[in-house]
Amino acid sequence: MTAFADSLPVELDQSRLDESDEACSDGLVQLTPDDLSKLLTDDRLDPFPPSGLLPEVGAEPTDRVGPTDQLELHRSAQTAQSDRPAGLEQADVRRSRGGRWGDTTWRGLTLAAAVTTVLALGSVVAFLALEGAPATAGDATDLPAQAPDIWALTWPLLFGSVWVSTLALALAAPIGIGIALFSVLIARRRLGTWLGAAIDILAAVPSVVYGLWGLTVLAPLAARAYAWLAAHLGWVPILSGPASATGRTVLTAALVLSVMVLPLVASLSREVIRLVPSNLIEGALALGATRWETIRLVVLPQARSGVTAGVMLALGRALGETMAVAMVLSPTPFLISFHLLRSENPGTVASFIAQNFPEAHGLETNALIWLGLVLFALTFLVNSLARALVRPKGRTA
Amino acid sequence: MTETVTRQPLGAGSDEVALITTGAEAFSPPRRPTQDLALVRHRRHRRTVDRVMTVALASCAAVAAVPLLSLLWTTLSHGLSRIDPTFFSQSMRGVAGVGGGALHAIWGSVLITLTATALAAPIGLGAALWLVEYADRSRSLLTTGLARAVRTVVGVTAGLPSIVAGLFVYALIALVAGPGYRSGLAGAVALAVIMTPVVESACEEVLARVPGELREGALALGAPRWRCVTSVVLPTARPGVISGVLLGVSRVVGETAPLLLVAGFTDSMNLNLLDGRMASLPVYIYSQWQNKGVAAAAYDARAWSAALVLVVLVLALNLTARLSARWATRKER
Amino acid sequence: MSHLKLDRVSAYYGAFQAVADVSLDIAPCSITALIGPSGCGKSTLLRTLNRLHETTPGARVTGQVHLNGQDVLDPATDPVEVRSRVGMVFQRANPFPTMSIGENVLAGVRLRGRRLSPRVAEQVVERSLRAANLWQETKDRLKKSGVGLSGGQQQRLCIARAIAVQPEVLLMDEPCSALDPASTAAIEELMVDLKADYTVVVVTHNLAQAARVSDQTAFMSVDRAGQPGRLIEHGPTTQLFNAPTEAATGDYIAGKFG
Repeated sequence: MTAFADSLPVELDQSRLDESDEACSDGLVQLTPDDLSKLLTDDRLDPFPPSGLLPEVGAEPTDRVGPTDQLELHRSAQTAQSDRPAGLEQADVRRSRGGRWGDTTWRGLTLAAAVTTVLALGSVVAFLALEGAPATAGDATDLPAQAPDIWALTWPLLFGSVWVSTLALALAAPIGIGIALFSVLIARRRLGTWLGAAIDILAAVPSVVYGLWGLTVLAPLAARAYAWLAAHLGWVPILSGPASATGRTVLTAALVLSVMVLPLVASLSREVIRLVPSNLIEGALALGATRWETIRLVVLPQARSGVTAGVMLALGRALGETMAVAMVLSPTPFLISFHLLRSENPGTVASFIAQNFPEAHGLETNALIWLGLVLFALTFLVNSLARALVRPKGRTA
Repeated sequence: MTETVTRQPLGAGSDEVALITTGAEAFSPPRRPTQDLALVRHRRHRRTVDRVMTVALASCAAVAAVPLLSLLWTTLSHGLSRIDPTFFSQSMRGVAGVGGGALHAIWGSVLITLTATALAAPIGLGAALWLVEYADRSRSLLTTGLARAVRTVVGVTAGLPSIVAGLFVYALIALVAGPGYRSGLAGAVALAVIMTPVVESACEEVLARVPGELREGALALGAPRWRCVTSVVLPTARPGVISGVLLGVSRVVGETAPLLLVAGFTDSMNLNLLDGRMASLPVYIYSQWQNKGVAAAAYDARAWSAALVLVVLVLALNLTARLSARWATRKER
Repeated sequence: MSHLKLDRVSAYYGAFQAVADVSLDIAPCSITALIGPSGCGKSTLLRTLNRLHETTPGARVTGQVHLNGQDVLDPATDPVEVRSRVGMVFQRANPFPTMSIGENVLAGVRLRGRRLSPRVAEQVVERSLRAANLWQETKDRLKKSGVGLSGGQQQRLCIARAIAVQPEVLLMDEPCSALDPASTAAIEELMVDLKADYTVVVVTHNLAQAARVSDQTAFMSVDRAGQPGRLIEHGPTTQLFNAPTEAATGDYIAGKFG
């Protein structure tokens, strides 16, 4: 309580307080001395004028008998404006302005923050479109990678992004949902908490570190596995050889991506599964269903739309993921191919931008910004779909 | 998933659950308990399926642990080699091959991230305050419309690929300062674009959790609304707000793509946010790996050491944020 | 002290009218109890008296509430100023969790942007806590958080907080409904003490409590759900409980409804 009393501009005169204490001993006011009461309650009397002086004692009637009179006096001063002493009126005006000024300022500041948010983030599309547009002109030359026109550049990359991300989610979604089910419904509480913490750690690791790891650890391992796969399962169309010797293929990129989005799938699914009412689960268990039957028949149908939304959000994240893919994948320009193991691979929009931007100039830059706009549109679509999925249930993702 | 099971509102009595179980013939429990041999076998089958699926779900967690452990182990074992005084006291100026350090990148990361936080935290917190304390209490069409716009924009930008944030800032600056201009400040703005929605939604959540009773208590004492906000609502929400800001920082401190685009890379120390290219830890990692010189192993070692520093930093921030949030919820009880 | 006069007060939540045309004279330095079945608008009516009702989105009030001649509900009247003259204690104790016990008592002063010297601050804290019968229990732990107190102590802390700023009127919205009998007795005793200095208006579901502590009682009721609550009868407590003029009042007191 002294925290804010320390910085006091004025000290009250102790003798006045004592005096008023006595004045109150008639029993009419037991709680506080008159001076104090005025000090605290009467908004019209500013106890601490800016000059740092206390109001003169003589300025107030001193011959009051009881608090009623005193209050009456205050009220009359307040209701009949003309009766009010000039000094009080000034204090009144200043105080009420002070209060209103504080409110207006505070409200204005926060409103400015809100408007800034809308304007700044809302102008993303505008600026991308403005700077990206020159690249879409029909006769554009000197595009990146000597592309004949902007669409010849856009479509294969768009395909690559969708293909890699879909593969990543196909790997990450079942495992992520499995982790969520396990940590909420099967694992003991403490193990579930630890699992959640581990997932959070996985989510916090920067993507450039994943790229480094994918390149150093995963790719060499993958190269050996791919050679084996191509030899033994080469008859499956997408697994046909010759397998890449470096392991820097679409499948490796998808593996790294799946590790990266796994935490997102797991944590979002966890939230949704937690929301399944326990009376439904208990109802099923009480009917003799096993734990897995409960999951299959009660939990999954209940959580389906939420989990799907989580997977869509993770897909959006995977589509925009840049550095890990840029480091792991070695792309072949303009290639559209479903082959997973070969050394010729399609690139992705985001990684193409990162790989080419530092050396780009002129129209190349515009083309890369155009690709950014395309990527934005794609992720926006996917994220909106995810949010549309959860909205009917009144939840926001 | 069985078609008969609908996502119904959940006043689930036993009838409803019975309906659900009859929908799945294969697993429906026996109607009349008999000691039929087939039924016993059926029950055993169900138990086996249950065990198998439990193991399968548990192994999902185990499978996920493998890359996590591998990643942490690799970072630690590869990264420790260059955790030495030189690494933290020198830049890469004039270094080709062995030696050199990441001091310039560490300073760059600190400056850029702090600037981004200084931009994003007040805007994110301010917007959240406006939404919770003013807009949600208003019925004016203009206010509610703006509130909806803020929430939509925040929702959309939360899913914005970080490289697009970088391109946006590049496009913005290209219009003002001409193409090709790169600086630490531009990087900070790009990171702020990514960070603002994170901070905003975290703050909005904690502010909304501050009990209305406390606001009413303050108002009933004769406090103007702004004092109610500064003296009661904000102190109560403070641990959550701090946690939200820290989460935002830990999200952007590892961002590579936007910085690669707008802050660029340099081998030298640059402490001026407005003047030219500025290195940062993530971009340092990328460029060490990307532009290996003659002694490739030295570049790899530097990249891994920088990765170790970055991972430790991010995890520390993340942990602090979560502990702060947990402390806040414990206090609420 | 302060004379509170309600004149045709109606309160709305959006299109829904919660209170209709309540006119009521509240005598100074007395305890007036507002009783009635759930949903009859007693709490809403109470919240119009310090203009807290209007902080709910879409809520509005018509009519007049005169506090010593000044219309509290007049749009020109600053609600912040009204609330500093009309204190309120809530159903659930709501001490500010980030402040110590002492800071909680001084919260009203601080929230209005006033500063006190440490000495005066100590005096205000002691006086208010003494007045709330809480001084003995808390004098050694003023710097500790108010959340650590028991429910009854928290509620008395909230009363101390409300009277530390010397209001003229004290509104209490079911102050004992969340408390055990011992704490309730302590608060009731406190209410009787407080009436020497304050005009107290208390909303209560507890008829025995109304009969024990109040001087005047106002009975509100509602015909059926969706209808606004109305004032049925108002009078000295003994008279209203022993010889109600309206049949509905008698029925409610006899426990036939509500």
